Amino acid sequence: MSSHNPHDLSRRDFFKIVSSFVGSLMGLILGLPLISYFVSPALDEQGGEKWIPAGPLDNYPVGEPTLFTFTLTKQHGWEKTAQSYGVYIIRHSDTEVTVFSNVCTHLACRVRWHDDVSEFICPCHDAHFAEDGTVISGPAPRPLDKYEYKIEDGTLYLHLVEG
Amino acid sequence: MTQKPSRTQALYAWLDERLGLTTINKLVLDRKVPKVNWWYTLGSATLFLFILQVVTGIFLTVYYVPTPDHAYDSVNYIMQGVRFGWLVRGIHHWGASFMVLFVFLHMLRVFYMGAYKYPRELTWMIGVLLFVLTLGMGFTGYLLPWNQRAYWATTVGTQIAGTPPIIGPWITRILRGGEEISALTLSRFFALHIWMIPGLMALLIAVHLYLVIRIGISNPPSKDE
Ligand code: HEM
Ligand code: FES
Repeated sequence: MSSHNPHDLSRRDFFKIVSSFVGSLMGLILGLPLISYFVSPALDEQGGEKWIPAGPLDNYPVGEPTLFTFTLTKQHGWEKTAQSYGVYIIRHSDTEVTVFSNVCTHLACRVRWHDDVSEFICPCHDAHFAEDGTVISGPAPRPLDKYEYKIEDGTLYLHLVEG
Repeated sequence: MTQKPSRTQALYAWLDERLGLTTINKLVLDRKVPKVNWWYTLGSATLFLFILQVVTGIFLTVYYVPTPDHAYDSVNYIMQGVRFGWLVRGIHHWGASFMVLFVFLHMLRVFYMGAYKYPRELTWMIGVLLFVLTLGMGFTGYLLPWNQRAYWATTVGTQIAGTPPIIGPWITRILRGGEEISALTLSRFFALHIWMIPGLMALLIAVHLYLVIRIGISNPPSKDE
């Protein structure tokens, strides 16, 4: 202890360096997994795609937006949750339909068809959409989303794509 | 040659002037300690484990649900569906056993070295409470996975608590929240396990450490004592 070279590391400084190094290492080893643990569900594979049968095409009167709803059960962590979906189906002919999602393009409330004014109206912030899905007024940034579809043996199928 | 203080030094000085960091540092870290041995690190090891349990426990509650219809599945999900869930639960699981072990060893060293004597009786008494509360953490935590082992261990444990005459049956009913083990037992054990007992422990640990620092570490007993 008597001969003290200023370039020598003191016992105290040595321990300071070693403990902060070991401490940071342990913090990192525990901290990074903890972040991954917390965000985990967001990193899981979401959605997928599916053809949903929507019944015989004849169920849908020509030129009249008709609501079709269906539910899918999904696994969320430890629980199965039923998720409901709604679409407006407008039949134009025996081969052509338009399928609108009822999810408002503003902030995802559900729009409803109003026969009296022939518009889709969102109850949340009053977005109005025309029968062809285009925005008439309100805060919605883009037209209503459309589903792909196919008609096989007179049955209508919707293409559900998520994620 | 005088150098201008760096930004961090200036920030430290600013904080120090208001918070008294240097004083705290002196009192807490630069205090005089007798020549001691490795047995004296057991208390710090226990503190480390407590903090580890608090951190991993808090993270477990992100997914764990204390109801009979979901508890078991949520623990399963932590183990199988969550990234590093096995690690977080594993640390909490092993940390619990190690904490009981270390609290006990710490207590043994204090006992063998006679460190519980004047003026450290209060530190000892608070330590006894901390020991009992640590066992309480193990007892209440054991039910939470809601599997067969948890269920029957708690059946037995609450039955044992009911052995004293007259008040025994009452103790069992209070612990269980009724006649048998049910949703009420699970939720009260959960409340005890994550809020009540750890909160009380944190408070007692603070007083325990305050006393250790205020009174100072005891000398290891010498031959001529
Ligand atoms: C604030 C501190 C704590 C919180 C928030 C907490 C939280 C939890 C949670 C949510 C569970 C259920 C998940 C599981 O079973 O794996 C659990 C289990 C458990 N905890 Fe804690 N805990 C804490 C501290 C402690 C301490 C100090 C001990 C023991 C000394 C302890 C012992 C246990 C035990 C034995 C289990 C059962 C583990 C198993 O079998 O999987 N916990 N804890
Ligand atoms: S969510 Fe539909 S208008 Fe805002």
